[in-house]
Amino acid sequence: MAHHSHEPEVTVLPPDKEKIKKLWTVAGILGVITAVEFLIAFTMGHGVLKTSIFVLMTIVKAAYIVGEFMHLRHEVKVLMWSIVLPMVFIVWMLVAFVYEGMKFSEINFLNFGG
Amino acid sequence: MSSPSASSAAHGHQVSVWDGGSSPLGVSYGKLMMWIFLLSDAFTFSGLLITYGMVRSMHPAFVGDPETFAFSTQYWPIPEKVYEAIPFFHGVEAPLVFVGLMTFILIMSSVTMVLAVEAGHRMDKIAVQKWMLWTILGGITFLTCQAWEWTHFIVGTDTPTIKQVFNSTTGVWESIKVTGANLHVNQYGPQDFADFFFFITGFHGFHVFSGVCLNFLIYFNAVTGVYNRRGSYEMVEKVGLYWHFVDLVWVFVFTFFYLV
Repeated sequence: MAHHSHEPEVTVLPPDKEKIKKLWTVAGILGVITAVEFLIAFTMGHGVLKTSIFVLMTIVKAAYIVGEFMHLRHEVKVLMWSIVLPMVFIVWMLVAFVYEGMKFSEINFLNFGG
Repeated sequence: MSSPSASSAAHGHQVSVWDGGSSPLGVSYGKLMMWIFLLSDAFTFSGLLITYGMVRSMHPAFVGDPETFAFSTQYWPIPEKVYEAIPFFHGVEAPLVFVGLMTFILIMSSVTMVLAVEAGHRMDKIAVQKWMLWTILGGITFLTCQAWEWTHFIVGTDTPTIKQVFNSTTGVWESIKVTGANLHVNQYGPQDFADFFFFITGFHGFHVFSGVCLNFLIYFNAVTGVYNRRGSYEMVEKVGLYWHFVDLVWVFVFTFFYLV
């Protein structure tokens, strides 16, 4: 501050090898899960089981992205749950609306093939 | 910042937590606000994807051998039959390969972003610049891929789909040939299918675009030394949260729009 320089003296720390290795591991896991999803997409017949597997794998991927990349797993627990718990509403909304859609389909609401 | 009252608030028990100077959730104001914004944005995207799920389950699915599948407005299409084209290989069937590439690009740009954040923690200006540039490049590549995908979707396939439309002037049903898709016609299936494609991938693409703009702003500020003068690279972290969220949304769009 004494000498009015534009660029202040900054101490650059060396890279945290351990941390960077961990980040690449997470990236690897995300890549592998996506690859397995592809494999399933082409080898398995359409059905409830296939959809369930995809949804489960998506949630695992989301957990890694939010937990590690967005660092939420290492934040204060109150903050973590404040973000995660409202997702319950989304799960409920998804179940309710897809169920509703199937009921509409049963009564042939859109009049397909009729 | 480190006034006597603030330091006594951290150690002494005579000062109430309501007097300020403490972060109850252990994060700065800006980061907390970013989290709350992302939560609301997650609700918006969920609204779109859930509506897609409902409308899709309202329509009949294609029954029969997938090998015999042909586009019709009578049933919802099998996604991998729609997204099977790749650039420079016209007529070659490569289901989901291009969209898989896009997924890979976005995950990689998320990794480079998190490496920029790590470099920011170490006050390493050069490394922040390097990783921000890679992240911006990833974002632009993704948008370019999406532009190609949209063009292909709009232009359509070589074989048109026959659609029955009611001519109100003559009063008879007529067969018309439909190629490509927009908000009025859709050769791949029911009209809703095309509408949701444009709205959901479009809304996500707009997020990617604004993310690239924000990333560029951060890169620019890093280059001009703004964060060095400020003594903190926390802005990289905040915009990083947004960028990861965009990646997160794509993970869900990829599953519910392209795979299921």
